[in-house]
Amino acid sequence: MSGYWAGILAILAINIIFAYGIFVTAAAGQLNLGGAGFMAIGAYAAAVLGEQLGWSPALTIPAAVTITGLIGIAIAFPVLRTRGVYMVLATFAFAQVVTGVILTQPVLGGAMGMVVPDYVDLPVLIGAAIATVVLVFFLMATRLGLAMRALHDDELVSTLMGVPARAVQVASFALGAGLAGLAGGLYAHHFSFVEAQYFSALLSIYVLLFVLIGGTQTAWGPLVGATFFTLVPELLRIGGSWRYVVFGVIIVAMMMFRPEGIVTRTLLARLFGRRRRVADAG
Amino acid sequence: MSATATPMRRARPLTMALLLGLAASLLVAGITALPGGSTLAQQIVSGLMLGGIYVTVAVAFTLTIGVLNFLNFTIPTLFMLTGMVAWGLARWGLPFGMSGGLHWAPALLGGVAVAILASLIVERFTFRYLKTRHGDATEHAIPLVSSLGFLLIFEHLVLIVLGSEAQSFPVRFRLDWQIGPLVLGLPQLASLLLSLGIVFWLSWLLAKTRTGRALRSIAESPDTATLLGVEVTRIVPIVFLLSGLLCGVAGALFVVNYSDVSPFMGDHVGTKAIAAMVLGGLGSIWGAIAGGLLVGLLETLGIHFFGGDAAQVVVWTTLLAAIILRPQGLFGASRIGKGKL
Repeated sequence: MSGYWAGILAILAINIIFAYGIFVTAAAGQLNLGGAGFMAIGAYAAAVLGEQLGWSPALTIPAAVTITGLIGIAIAFPVLRTRGVYMVLATFAFAQVVTGVILTQPVLGGAMGMVVPDYVDLPVLIGAAIATVVLVFFLMATRLGLAMRALHDDELVSTLMGVPARAVQVASFALGAGLAGLAGGLYAHHFSFVEAQYFSALLSIYVLLFVLIGGTQTAWGPLVGATFFTLVPELLRIGGSWRYVVFGVIIVAMMMFRPEGIVTRTLLARLFGRRRRVADAG
Repeated sequence: MSATATPMRRARPLTMALLLGLAASLLVAGITALPGGSTLAQQIVSGLMLGGIYVTVAVAFTLTIGVLNFLNFTIPTLFMLTGMVAWGLARWGLPFGMSGGLHWAPALLGGVAVAILASLIVERFTFRYLKTRHGDATEHAIPLVSSLGFLLIFEHLVLIVLGSEAQSFPVRFRLDWQIGPLVLGLPQLASLLLSLGIVFWLSWLLAKTRTGRALRSIAESPDTATLLGVEVTRIVPIVFLLSGLLCGVAGALFVVNYSDVSPFMGDHVGTKAIAAMVLGGLGSIWGAIAGGLLVGLLETLGIHFFGGDAAQVVVWTTLLAAIILRPQGLFGASRIGKGKL
């Protein structure tokens, strides 16, 4: 495999994990436009633990996930008091605060960035991505996943039916933060360098778009969204800015014609539904 | 409907503005009189000037949110588009070589026109097709996501056509007014007055005219407005026209004041305008004015006392705290529409 494709696969694996982090939150009906902030926390946690304490990636990455998840819980309580546009703005502001703090702390290298000591190779990234996908599919099949889907579709009715809305939302937000932290930790160790500028508002926007375009109804959405938007520009081989113009046009068109995302429950039922029903209909 | 009009009337825009202006001038004069206070006073003056630009963009944001419940992410791009297109016109003239480089004034007007046009294109492809089909929790994000798509399209088209470099766009329009130790740039002062003037005109429009009443009724309930004979499809473009105009004016004023443009100039101003809007309360025009001036001051003074990056942290932490603790805004002021937000 050439270095070029290895690089793309690494980015793809990280994007998929990151997208699932945002998806888990969105599946419970909460939009997180601060994904880059959580990813930055994960990346810098891994970098600092690796450099200051000399921990190996086998320790730094789980630590990064734990730290980001805990911060996710801490943030979830105040942020989930808000909803709709306010929630989008609150998470957006949170990510800005995170990058701002990183830029002002000399320990974190400020605008110069940090070198991360140990290298984590591609197979680990792919393994982590597969594990994430399996985990989220399993999660969506549990009672918790069902509660999240119910909240996504109608918060009022599901609360009336006895879904503990608050607990489920905090859990999904924290889990999402943890996954974003995992993406960050892997990013730091694979690319051996972190800088605050990478975790910009634009990154948060892109990953939210991956998820919303893929579809938030089923766990296939982020996989399809992240893969589609990471690979298609590479396959088209269109240069620099034009790929983003095409990306933008696809987004606008999707929202006009299929605002619920590429993969929906009806689509899955049509593709993989039981044959018997088709026979009955015929 | 008269119930929504009362808070606007009670606010007495002109009196309040005059009082605020008087208070600000007295404050500045007082600080200047202190020993070594003139640098600080100068910072306050430039903070207010910068705030004037934030005010204009923040009002564009707050108008779209108040009437349509839509966080329009193309607004920073419209601001940038004005500056970059004006620079392109001044450098190369009309497209296809129809003229030489334009004088800065018509070039800026051209930039504003392009911003308004772009805003109407956004309306055509986001709001007109917006149908609520499923009623699930992430559905309010549909126009927001479309506007993110347009953000990418406009920003990268500008990068392709006009390049990614920051460009100097000198406007030969320098005239300074010395009051004691203070230097007031006349273009800055004029732009502050112009941006406030546009905002006053807008709040008059919303409070007193037929169109304004239609806009406010849509803000309350689009369905009822339709039943009562408001043509929603005719009125909604007006919101986009106004936000295009506001962004265009802000962009033009930015060029006149700071004499440079870049494809990324909208990011900074746009995020600060969002902060201003949130501080003032979503959907409140008066809140956006106060918030804009406040963010301008916080930023300039923050840079003066702590340096650039720390100022960012100050502004955003204030914002995060404001959203969580006082989502109705610092002043809890009246809104264009109160129904949905």
